Amino acid sequence: MFDVISRNFVFLMGGLLTTFQLAFFALVGGIGLGMLVGLARLSKNPWIYYPITGYVNFLRNIPLILVIFWFYFVMPIIIGEAMAPFPAAVIAFIFFEATYFGEIFRAGYQTISKDLIAASYSTGMTYSQTARHILIPIALKRMTPSLITQSIVTFQDTSLAFVIGLTELVRRSSIVDNMEVRSIELYGFAAFIYFIVCYTGSQISLYYENKARKVNLI
Amino acid sequence: MNFAYQFDWSVLWRDPYGLMLIKGLGMTIFLGSSAWIIAMAVGITVGTLRITKYRLLRMIGTAYVEVFRNIPLLVQMFFWFYAGPMLFGEVLSRQINRLDGLAIYVSILGLGLYTASRIAEHLRAGFASIGKDQYQAVLSTGMSQVQMYRYVIIPYALRLTIPPLTTEFLTVFKNTSIVMTIGVAELTFQSYQIDAETFHGLEATTGAMFIYLLLGMSVVKFMDLVEKKYKIQGLMGR
Repeated sequence: MFDVISRNFVFLMGGLLTTFQLAFFALVGGIGLGMLVGLARLSKNPWIYYPITGYVNFLRNIPLILVIFWFYFVMPIIIGEAMAPFPAAVIAFIFFEATYFGEIFRAGYQTISKDLIAASYSTGMTYSQTARHILIPIALKRMTPSLITQSIVTFQDTSLAFVIGLTELVRRSSIVDNMEVRSIELYGFAAFIYFIVCYTGSQISLYYENKARKVNLI
Repeated sequence: MNFAYQFDWSVLWRDPYGLMLIKGLGMTIFLGSSAWIIAMAVGITVGTLRITKYRLLRMIGTAYVEVFRNIPLLVQMFFWFYAGPMLFGEVLSRQINRLDGLAIYVSILGLGLYTASRIAEHLRAGFASIGKDQYQAVLSTGMSQVQMYRYVIIPYALRLTIPPLTTEFLTVFKNTSIVMTIGVAELTFQSYQIDAETFHGLEATTGAMFIYLLLGMSVVKFMDLVEKKYKIQGLMGR
């Protein structure tokens, strides 16, 4: 029954590799930009606060598929030539996921006491040094469970790059399905792989949540 | 290769594209609301299963949530649409595939079952915030287990979980965009269709973004009213 999987195993795993690559770039970029977005969302400078808040609230109200299409359409106009699906998807994901990671980081920064920040300034550290050595490391640690959960969501979201023709796992499953019409096995297999990765991730997140609860961090 | 792009915003209202976007919005609202009804019904059931005193029921509830949460909605949708009819055997599947509007039914069902897992999770948090003494107080009035959930615990938890449910209600409309991949003509599908016909996808998708934004803002306003109406007296509001 599952011969369709074994015959196309290499082809499908190639798609999974693309899925992982996209997820990797989306996470590194999304978390990196999210750290800054979170800082900007707490900024007292209105020229930073309002544009970034607008950007976050806007994108969080738009479906990711539409955002992917939009970047796919806008990038050729900006760079003056057609863009391949992979880099276009990476850019769309970084800007989209950064809004979600940004809100997680904002919540993380807000758990840090004002005294600690004042103490850091009193040692002569600048704002960017305080952010780098105090705010970001503490927020990263305290928000680990939420960050992992959002990373799982991002990993699942990469399947949506399907719509601009990126040959990741779902696209490759559908290519094989179009030739062989074995939908139950193919989509069942794709679902199984996503389940294994995401379930493992959610258990790791749970572990950190319990650990944090024990040491009374939350 | 270098080219200057000529903007043409008239694709947002010009005949027939303006009408396509409006029809798409109508379909999005229809799909989202229908899926929400299924999601609430299934979500409340699954959420309640997870806190009953029977171990088997709890396991079923947990399995449901884990399976639906850990598989991308797109994969679920493809599975229901392409593989779903095959599960009924060859003869029946041919008849199912001939059904008019099959993709729409599958979309509503797929979206509803997926959203149900998320509602169940939020409800569990709501149940957890209701003190044990409340359960005992209800049982001491002589109510049965079923009556306890039906008349006290579920309405109570639902009212406590209105803020997270608002987020879910917004999400269900955003998630309707995924069914464009099985050919349902909702808003994102229509904006992509305009690109296929005019090559002005940027304007069409930008317009669609603002329509989603307006839709989202209306949903938040609506849920604000719901929240005010069902506020529990004596508890801290927002």
